[in-house]
Amino acid sequence: MATTRNRTAKAAAEAREGDVGPAPNGAAGADLGLDAETLLRFYREMTLIRLFEEAAQRGFRQGKIGGYLHLYIGQEAVAVGFLHEYRTGDHVITAYRDHAHALLLGSTPREVMAELFGKGTGLVKGKGGSMHLFDVENGLYGGYGIVGGHIPLGVGMAYAQAYQQTGGVTQLYFGDGAIHNAAFHEAANLSGLWGRDGLNPCLFILENNQYGMGTSVERATAMTDLSAKFDSYAIEHEDVDGMDLFAVLECAKRTVARVRESGRPYAVEVQTYRLSPHGAADFLERYRSKDEIAEARKRDPINLLEARLLEADVADEATLTAIRDEVKAVVEDAVTFADESPEPPLEELATDVYADGAAS
Amino acid sequence: MPVMTYREALRSAMAEEMTRDESVVILGEDIGIYGGTHLVTDKLIDQFGPRRVIDTPIAEGGFTGAAIGMAMAGMRPIVEMMTWNFSFQAVDQIVQNAAKVRYFSGGQVTVPLVIRGPNGGGVQLSAQHTHSLENFYGHFPGLKVVSPVTPHDVKGMMIEAIRDPNPIIFLEAGALYGTKGEVPEGEFTVPFGKARVAREGTDVTLIAYGRQVNMLLKVADTLAADGVAAEVIDLRSIRPFDEQTIVESVRKTHRAVVVQEQWRWFSVGSEVAALIQEQAFDDLDAPVERVSGAEVPAPYARNLEVAAFPSEQQIVDAARRAMYRG
Ligand SMILES: Cc1ncc(C[n+]2csc(CCOP(=O)(O)OP(=O)(O)O)c2C)c(N)n1
Ligand SMILES: [Mg+2]
Repeated sequence: MATTRNRTAKAAAEAREGDVGPAPNGAAGADLGLDAETLLRFYREMTLIRLFEEAAQRGFRQGKIGGYLHLYIGQEAVAVGFLHEYRTGDHVITAYRDHAHALLLGSTPREVMAELFGKGTGLVKGKGGSMHLFDVENGLYGGYGIVGGHIPLGVGMAYAQAYQQTGGVTQLYFGDGAIHNAAFHEAANLSGLWGRDGLNPCLFILENNQYGMGTSVERATAMTDLSAKFDSYAIEHEDVDGMDLFAVLECAKRTVARVRESGRPYAVEVQTYRLSPHGAADFLERYRSKDEIAEARKRDPINLLEARLLEADVADEATLTAIRDEVKAVVEDAVTFADESPEPPLEELATDVYADGAAS
Repeated sequence: MPVMTYREALRSAMAEEMTRDESVVILGEDIGIYGGTHLVTDKLIDQFGPRRVIDTPIAEGGFTGAAIGMAMAGMRPIVEMMTWNFSFQAVDQIVQNAAKVRYFSGGQVTVPLVIRGPNGGGVQLSAQHTHSLENFYGHFPGLKVVSPVTPHDVKGMMIEAIRDPNPIIFLEAGALYGTKGEVPEGEFTVPFGKARVAREGTDVTLIAYGRQVNMLLKVADTLAADGVAAEVIDLRSIRPFDEQTIVESVRKTHRAVVVQEQWRWFSVGSEVAALIQEQAFDDLDAPVERVSGAEVPAPYARNLEVAAFPSEQQIVDAARRAMYRG
């Protein structure tokens, strides 16, 4: 597997740690101290996620991808912004809408697409599929299919980081639908409690994309200010506009640092929007209007970023087109790789059920 | 007789009972405006309104428990589990309350409740979304567990379930919602605890429930070409359990193969095999064969998933072994 990687977690983290220095010409990221190269890398990352997801959708329609397929289209700025603050030793855990997280942490488009295609070259050997991407070497602890089920795991991982004094934090992603689940409330209470003693460096990243499947926030709870739910557990919180990459970056920088330094949890409710259907099989979308989607599209995070980059002269059209073309080729290569890869060997069926050996 | 899909048969049973009895309501995730993830409840909200077709947040433990409370207080709720995989979140309510409250209240309360949804795998949903839970729920006294496989049975058993004064675990064959079959006009019920002989035969008894029954019918064709007349039994109901139909069949054929998608250890097949040796030991000409899912969490990749579940070939081989033709 190592041979198929294009960069390791360490390299990715180092690249991010190098993101300092003033931006040219007082450009878009000036107040964040981001240079043109970094800004264009964000553009590339967001474009990669978008094109990757679109290719996955095609693969699903062609019957090359089975099971469920949940796309991140519209939410790109969230993971790009927060994972920019990822450092080696941090942990990341999320639900089933997980392709972007894997791609950003350093899993290659090839191995992620191959997983979706159920191939032996996939990120988890074809055993988990779209919902269960794991890349522990790069900090990704999954990829879970039961709504809310992973939230306690994130809190436990943060406890382990504090206990082991690694200096790491856990980025715990979950949706607006998951916040009504008992697992969330039990885990948030634990996190607040343990955090009081500096034992829970957990950043709760509530990706409020306005719907849990076909159920809008207002139809799921009478208390629609979702982040207020954290008040019950003495976890401080704020909101951020998840369509605006710069707002997310600023928020992420501050909040990740705060959690890292204090060992206490913090929560961010990210206001975002799922531009794609809930899953590739959600074709009716009776629960929202075409107008609503069209309205949200006006704030497509990639278009917003593009406009900012052009406006601030960080890039011209030609540069952005070149990036899109390059990313398109990367995605096409990933699809070809996935398509041509062999199925997992049948012996894999019975491996990984139990771990071998005694605990060390 | 009218022909309808499994999905339509299920929907018509619920709609008819809701029309007949105002105390029947249905609740679950995205069953109203969305129409149900598998469109089983499609448009029921237009007919019965949001007080009777209740969209819930993603809170299986909460709304299942609430439905138990509704049932105790005189309603007849139907809970839709979007899939049975999510029922683990509600197991405490189902096992600790629904199954036992009548007993530990000394018979003072009843829980007329149906919990229904798709069960079983076969569509590459991988480990967390693939379970076959007949034995799991069948273990608990106080629950009734059924697993209908034809449109006819799903309708008759749903009406039976809604009218039953006990909590019913209604496990639908998720892979078969679109399959068609004849369903009689008007209301009818299919009693629990009565297996169905899906095909008569004299040489070997093939036993299953859920979508594996259809597989057995194909296997019976294959065996027939080989001069073997297989009898196929569809259990339909896991608890209560029809011992008699199985024993009578084995007395006739002297050989039995039990097939299930679920894992072999502590499974429905184990119970069937034990029952046959208890009640028909002297009639057996061969050990009871069991064909089960591989002892692994469900994998995603198509080839691995196919390998994880019983195949027609495995069943044919098991039948041949039972006939000493292997
Ligand atoms: C316990 C449980 N119940 C139901 C489901 C089915 N389901 C999958 S995703 C989903 C919606 C979750 O919404 P949200 O948490 O907002 O995440 P989003 O899909 O918007 O990213 C539902 C109901 C599930 N996977 N797990
Ligand atoms: Mg959501």
